[in-house]
Amino acid sequence: MSTSAEFIWDHIMLKVSGIHSYYGRAHILSEISLEVGRGEILALLGRNGAGKSTTMKSIIGLVPPAKGTIEFLGENIQGMPPFMIARKGLGYVPEDRRIFAALSILENLEVGRQPERQGAPYWTLERLFDLFPNLAELRDRPGGHISGGEQQMLTIARTLMGNPSAILLDEPSEGLAPVIVEKMIETIMTLKSEGLSVILSEQNLSFASYVADRATIIEKGQIRYEGTIDELQKNPDVRNAYLSV
Amino acid sequence: MGFYIVQFLTGLSSASALFLVASGLSIIFGVTRIVNFTHGSFYMLGAFIAYSLVGVLDGFFGFWISVILSAMAVGLIAVLMEMLILRRIYQAPELFQLVATFGPILIIQDLALDIWGPEDLFGASAPGMDGAITIMGTPMPEYDLALIALSAVVLGGLWLLFNKTRWGTLVRAATEDRDMISALGVNQKWLFTGVFFLGSFLAALGGAAQVPKGGASLIMDFEILAPIFVVVVIGGMGSIPGAFMAALLISELNVFGILVWPESTLVLMFLVMAVVLILRPWGLFGKPEAPGQHGQVGAPEQPYRPLSRKANTLFAAVLGLLLVLPVFASDFSLVLVMDMVVLSLFAASIHFLMGPGGMVSFGHAAYFGGGAYAVALITSHFELPMEVAFFMGPLGACALALLFGWFCVRRSGVYLAMLTLAFAQVAWSVVFQWGELTGGDDGIIGIWPSPWLGSKAAYYYFTLFFGVGGIMVLRRTLFTPFGYAMRACRDSALRSASIGIDVNRQQWLAFAFSGALAGLAGSLFVYSKGSIFPDEMSLARSFDGLIMVLLGGVKTLAGPVAGASAFTWLDDVISRLDYWRVILGSLIILIVLAFPQGIAGFFRERFGVWFGQETDT
Repeated sequence: MSTSAEFIWDHIMLKVSGIHSYYGRAHILSEISLEVGRGEILALLGRNGAGKSTTMKSIIGLVPPAKGTIEFLGENIQGMPPFMIARKGLGYVPEDRRIFAALSILENLEVGRQPERQGAPYWTLERLFDLFPNLAELRDRPGGHISGGEQQMLTIARTLMGNPSAILLDEPSEGLAPVIVEKMIETIMTLKSEGLSVILSEQNLSFASYVADRATIIEKGQIRYEGTIDELQKNPDVRNAYLSV
Repeated sequence: MGFYIVQFLTGLSSASALFLVASGLSIIFGVTRIVNFTHGSFYMLGAFIAYSLVGVLDGFFGFWISVILSAMAVGLIAVLMEMLILRRIYQAPELFQLVATFGPILIIQDLALDIWGPEDLFGASAPGMDGAITIMGTPMPEYDLALIALSAVVLGGLWLLFNKTRWGTLVRAATEDRDMISALGVNQKWLFTGVFFLGSFLAALGGAAQVPKGGASLIMDFEILAPIFVVVVIGGMGSIPGAFMAALLISELNVFGILVWPESTLVLMFLVMAVVLILRPWGLFGKPEAPGQHGQVGAPEQPYRPLSRKANTLFAAVLGLLLVLPVFASDFSLVLVMDMVVLSLFAASIHFLMGPGGMVSFGHAAYFGGGAYAVALITSHFELPMEVAFFMGPLGACALALLFGWFCVRRSGVYLAMLTLAFAQVAWSVVFQWGELTGGDDGIIGIWPSPWLGSKAAYYYFTLFFGVGGIMVLRRTLFTPFGYAMRACRDSALRSASIGIDVNRQQWLAFAFSGALAGLAGSLFVYSKGSIFPDEMSLARSFDGLIMVLLGGVKTLAGPVAGASAFTWLDDVISRLDYWRVILGSLIILIVLAFPQGIAGFFRERFGVWFGQETDT
């Protein structure tokens, strides 16, 4: 395992140490450790079924880990129910989007609304509609009646309504048209420039390489590689071993 | 003309209680995914409390304040129940939570009996609304108009609440995806509690508001369940306008149907439900449910295995003990063991449908009692010998299950369950009301076995043969192609259909088969008691069966037998005590909280490895 000595983040936002998670009796995650600093984007890479989504669900508390600790802003959040973790300022954008289909776009956003938070960017509806102009036009449309790309934007906007200081983005580029993927890259860079920390999961390197600072590769529920994105790009062996081409 | 307008308005007013109670049930189910059987009890409690309050608070405003206060009081009682019981078991399998809602029903029945006495109470007419106005020459009671106004206010209020407030938005979001709202920072716990308050408030409001028309009585709790389930099935679960339209449809058909055909009430409900199910299987305002969304009994089951040698030895030992029992046991304990065997067969037939079949029957007593009545009727009207009449039980029950099942299997999950309950209630009402044929409340008596089975011991062996035989047939069936196909349909209807299984037909036949074996239990039962009463077909009996299965454990094949035996024994011990319902209800709640995997599931988890049986995870 290599480390990323050249990046010393002055402020660790989220620190996951040695977590183990189970679905029933199936041992899904084993000794997963991650760290992300303020304004940093960490790519969590791995093939389908490697354990990326479970890692995110474990962090947000939907699949509480059986062992290990998770520190967010210096506080241990492991074992807290998801709503409390979310209220600490950790946002979660699920892979399957989980839009409330019968609720309008505005109502979907309303569900995510949380009070303004110290040290985190504050999102109003206007600011979100600036970031996602499509959503503004569709505001009264039911969430189930918009395109996949719009749903992906909506699910991010909905999480931003909680004014998080860090977000977990689970495969945001999945199933999107290339032009929308470009828009997604812009969006993520905007979030970074606002000071948000992001953990981004992806199956391949291409999308992550545009936005991420560092990468962690996970396979069969274990960490296989850690390094900067540049290092990873120069390392075809690791890429071929653990990532989809 | 005036007559028809008044008749229409009467229908509208009687739709009011139905709408209030059904929308409450629907709201609670939407968010918590619990079919709250205590809902009927809250309706009853609302009526009783309002009856008492109206006696204290005078005048027009006093009356309406009483109505609101009693609904609030019941809402708070419901919150207590939610916080003390349901909160602890939201993670338990959905159906198991049902059992937890049976406990409070029993407790509330005893408390209401203790506080308000056994007599039906007749409510005084509402002050200031006891007159009638005349519409084109026909008088129309003012209070009926008030009820119409009340449901309009509630309908509008609910619409505003759900569409114009943040709380309502969160509730609608929770109805779609509970985990997601939690990950967005919403505390589900309090949302659930709030929803439980609102739903129960509406139930009690319905009960309280109808006191001037119908009073308060101890049978209101079960009486309302079937109609509101029908309303929810017709209207579409989770849809408030749907609940309103369905309540209206049923009530209007009632008031106009009575003009043409006075005894039509039940048949009409049955017909409306049948027509809606055929034309719009998911209800007037409902949406088709995603496959596997409802009615899943927890995590997927492990495949069944044939019994291990040790488990077979245990089974043989129990059977051996049962065989020699008459040598030393008293007649009294023989009767108790016979009851256990009969009810074990009944419970096993429910389990067959619910566990491996994936179809929950809330009304299986229809087939148990139906079988018993088939025997009793054929015996008393045609004087057939017992050797022939006995088999009318399974046959009759099978025929009934074929009829009801044809409609029920068109839906799945909780809708199917509600339909079974509604049909069972129809069957019960027919038996109860058609006195000339069935003896009504007096039942049919003098149904005894043939002389060669005259002694207790002889009939005991007869019961053992058919009871244990029936259970073994049910178990054996699971390992036949028919059983494989049925379990395949449970696990995935789509995939089963794509490999050539006719899912509806498969489930229909499984339903009928289970009904036939419940009928066999009914046959055994009627000859052991010598009589049959409508109670054996009632919802309470169906619920007993469900409690047995769920207490025993849905995921173990031994569960229903363990559950039925434990329940029968418990019932025998405590039903002689005062307040036995409070005791039984509390015990049920305690067992649910202590053993969320059921009695047999608990033993299997502890000792399953020793018996060589895989344990559930």
